[in-house]
Formats: sequence, structure tokens, C-alpha cells
Amino acid sequence: MTDVITRTDPEPEAPVAPVKGGAKERWVRRAPLLPALIFAIVVTQVPFLVTIYLSTLDWNALRPGDRPFVGVDNYVTVLTDTRLRSALLNTVLLTAGAVIFSMILGLALAVLLDRKFVGRSVVRTLLITPFLVMPIAAALLWKHAIYNPAYGLINGLFGGSTDWISSYPKAAVITTLVWQWTPFMMLILLAGLQSQSEEVLEAARVDGANAWQIFVKMTLPHLRQYLELGALLGSIYLVNTFDAVFSITQGGPGSATTNLPYEIYLTTFRKFEYGEASAAGVIVVILTIIVATFALRVISSLFRMEESR
Amino acid sequence: MTTLAAPAKRRLANSVWGVVAWVAGIVFVFPVIWMVLTSFKQEQDAASNPPTWVFTPTLDQYAAVFDRNITPFLLNSLMASVFSTLFVIVLATPAAYALSLRPVAKWTDVLFFFISTKMMPAVAALLPVYLLVKNLGMLDNVWTMVVLYTSMNLPLAVWMMRSFLLEVPREVLEAGEVDGAGLLTSIRKIILPIVSPGLAATALICFIFAWNEFFLAVNLTATNAGTSPIFLVGFISSEGLFLARLCAAATLLSLPVLIAGWLAQNKLVRGLSMGAVK
Repeated sequence: MTDVITRTDPEPEAPVAPVKGGAKERWVRRAPLLPALIFAIVVTQVPFLVTIYLSTLDWNALRPGDRPFVGVDNYVTVLTDTRLRSALLNTVLLTAGAVIFSMILGLALAVLLDRKFVGRSVVRTLLITPFLVMPIAAALLWKHAIYNPAYGLINGLFGGSTDWISSYPKAAVITTLVWQWTPFMMLILLAGLQSQSEEVLEAARVDGANAWQIFVKMTLPHLRQYLELGALLGSIYLVNTFDAVFSITQGGPGSATTNLPYEIYLTTFRKFEYGEASAAGVIVVILTIIVATFALRVISSLFRMEESR
Repeated sequence: MTTLAAPAKRRLANSVWGVVAWVAGIVFVFPVIWMVLTSFKQEQDAASNPPTWVFTPTLDQYAAVFDRNITPFLLNSLMASVFSTLFVIVLATPAAYALSLRPVAKWTDVLFFFISTKMMPAVAALLPVYLLVKNLGMLDNVWTMVVLYTSMNLPLAVWMMRSFLLEVPREVLEAGEVDGAGLLTSIRKIILPIVSPGLAATALICFIFAWNEFFLAVNLTATNAGTSPIFLVGFISSEGLFLARLCAAATLLSLPVLIAGWLAQNKLVRGLSMGAVK
């Protein structure tokens, strides 16, 4: 929902060199692209420009009257507001926690699935299932059927009367996210494992390398790009986590699990501070651009690899 | 101890790890199994501690969910997902063609423009979209969701379709052109047969994302156009006996996506990674 992110990488080779034809030929080539491009610009770029404009106004929807231009005041308010700073910190913790743990679990599962065994495709189907469950359904399932102190599955199986959500709010949200996102990491890492050359691995085995040495010295370096891609795409999706916070904790207790999307939602639709909400939105976009620039670099290098294959 | 020959040893190791993988798979999917089991319980059994394992299955909870009028939510989701997927495919396929088989001059920039729109958080555009939609009188309207979901899935579909179109062998296309095949003929006879599995997978993945979308739906729809996830909002702070009914609703609402995902699973990773990983 913003401008093109500039990449510093060299451009990948075109699969077919664009023909330097006349103006007519160029427009013939462009024609199929234009509907999609115009649609994307109108629906995604225009609202963002409007957000920037709104972020300079002192506008509370509950206060009738004018909406004076206040320049960067909203940004100052937002950046000095402790609630927003804690939302920023929570966003980083929730995102990093979910990405790191789902990555570790996803790697372990991908290594398991990379072997041949009876029913491998069934196990893979089982493993991707959590990713497909509707996120808000998954969040409510964990909240009520698993974490509930009175009749939840954890206390039901292991005894005790811990109220998991109010005692460990962040961990409760992260666990739910990890459960949903591990399949995503697993699929990307499994694709990486399966793109390893079997001959090279066999040669290493013949040379007497054991499984652990092969994993650390050959597999992990080969997987690096896939790990990066998984981490970055995962971060981009998870930075926007809303469903889980909205339904499991409502950002609480206190503001222990209020992340930026949820805070902006509250500012917009509970406090009606439209100006401040817009400024916070612009800040989120800037943060995402930073992450996304790295992501695009990784994607474009994988992309070059694929092209040259 | 007998020493096993290397291949036999490796076979043994594989079956041991196979068992581990099965256990991991079952542990992972267990919450889903539990959700489905609970949906067939009576409320007292669903809320028991320790958990009830043996019970007489009942469809009461599904009946209760339909009594509470889940049908309009399902239909709204169906409309929003199917129409947005249709529009996405109609917009993305020609665009992907112009970015792969007959590329425009600045094709990489265009490709990265599309992906950068996907990376921007919806929360940053929510307010202007909300105000615009409100002024147009389009709040709580399914077609608003169709337009927004189309733009949400467009970059993904462009990237995915491009990666499928690149699999069309250039020699075959050129040979067809030499034989005088027009654009329509080569699309119908050469391109479509090769990319149709990819087209189907792209459509299924767009369907999944549209069906599951919550943030825009919860802020822009209410009673008329509420989509499937919105039906569940009422369960967030439920009190009393409701767990079995929640599980029935959650199972019912997740089912279309589970089916779509299982069908598309071989292409799922390509979709999720924007076509970067095959």
C-alpha cells in the first residue's frame, strides 16, 4: 500500500528479451497488464496517500467542527505515547517469538518429512492442516477448548487450574500463532531440502561424513536462503496479527498483548482519533518497508536462481 | 549384536524416523481432531474436566448453529471469495502473461510493485478505505469485500501465474507461431493445457485467503454482509455452555478452506512464497 520499494540488486535476466518494437508493439504488449496495474494502483496506493494526508489533521470523529492541519503533531503524539511504544515492543516480541519457534519446529518437521516412510503424504497433509483452519476459529479453539482453566484440554489432561491466558498472555498468543505457522515454515524448508542434489549428499556419505556433519556442513548452508525467505515472509504476515489478539486476549491483560494493528484498531474505532491512527499507520508502513526491503532482496535472489536453472 | 548392512541400517533408521514423523503429525493435528470430536458432543460432555473421550455423537450442535442463522454468513463468504477469486484470475492471468511470455519493457519493476503492495499492512489503509466506503454508502456490502479481496490477492496471483507461465516451453510456442497459430490458438492449444493445474492452484489459494480474511471483514461488515469469520466473533467472550457449538461452527466454517487447501497442497508452497520456491 505504498510506493515501489527500491531494490539494490542487479536485475534478473529477462526470460525473453523485451523486443524494441515501435510504439504500437509496446502498447500491444502493455495492454494485458494495464487492467491489473491500474486496479492495484487505485485500490492500494490511493488509500495510503489519503492516510498520509489524514495523519496531518487534528481529527477526532467524536468532536464536531473543523479538522485543523497540525503538521507532524500526530507523529509526535504517537511516538511519545507510551501505549504506542509498548504496542511496538509487543509487536516485535509476538512476531519474533512466533517466527523463531515456528521456524525451529518447521525445520525439524521438514527434516523428518524429507525421508521416505510409509504414509509420508498423509503425514504431510496432517501437518499442513493447522495452517488451513480459519485463523479466528483456531484462536477461539485454543482460547476456549485448550487454555480454559475449568474445562480446557491442558488442565484436563495434566491437572492443575492454571489460567493460561491471564498468567502467560504473550506465550498463549505466540503458541497459537506457532501452531498455525509451523506448517508454512515446514513447506518452504521442505522445498529447500528437496532441492538438494542427491548425488552430492551421496558422495559425502561415501566419503564417510555422518548424518550430523552432512546436516550442519551442507544442508544448513543450502537452506540459508529458504530460512531467510521463511523468516521474512512469516514476519510480514505475522506483523499484521490481528485475529489472535482480538479474540484470545483483546490486547490484555492491561496492554500486555496489544500489538500495533490492535492499537491502531482501538485508536480508530474506540477512541475515534482519526489523525493519530493515521500517523500510527504511516509508522507501521515505514517499519514494514524496512522488513520488506530485506524480503524482496531474498526473493529476488531466489528468483535469479530459478531463472538460471 | 548383529551388524546390519548399510542399506538395511538406513531402512531401519527411516522407519524409526517414520514413526516419529507420524507421532509429530498426529500431535500437530490433534487440536483439529479435538475440535471435530467436540463438535459432535453434548455441551455437558464438551465442558467436562477430565475430558470426555467416549460419548454418543450428536448433530445437535450443528443444528443449533444453523438455527442461529449461520447460512447468510456462509453465503456472504462464498460470494466474496468466489467473485474476488474470479476477478483476480481475470486480472492476473493477462498481467502475468505480459510479465513472462511477452514481457513489457520494465517487467521486473512492475513485478516488484505488485509484491510491495502485498507487503503493506492493511491497517495503514483501513481508515481511508473505511471513510471512502462509508461515504459511498457501501459499508456492510459484499461487493466492497469483493473489491478489497481482489486487491489483496492480486499480487500473489500475478506472481504465481507468472511462475506457471514460465514453464511453457518457449520452443513449442515458437514452433506454433511458425505454423501460423494465432494468439488465441496458442493460448488454447499450448498454454492452457500446461498452466491449468497452476491456474486451479492459484484460484484455490486466493479462495483460502479471501475466505479466512478477518481484519477488513470485522471493520467493514456487520449484519448484512458479515462473512464466515464474523459469525465467530460472538463466541469471543461467551459464558456458559457453548464449547460444542463453537466447535461445530468452527468446523463448518473451516471446512471449505480445508478442502481447498488439501486439493492445492502440492502447489501451496509456491503460492505462499509468491512463486519464489517451487
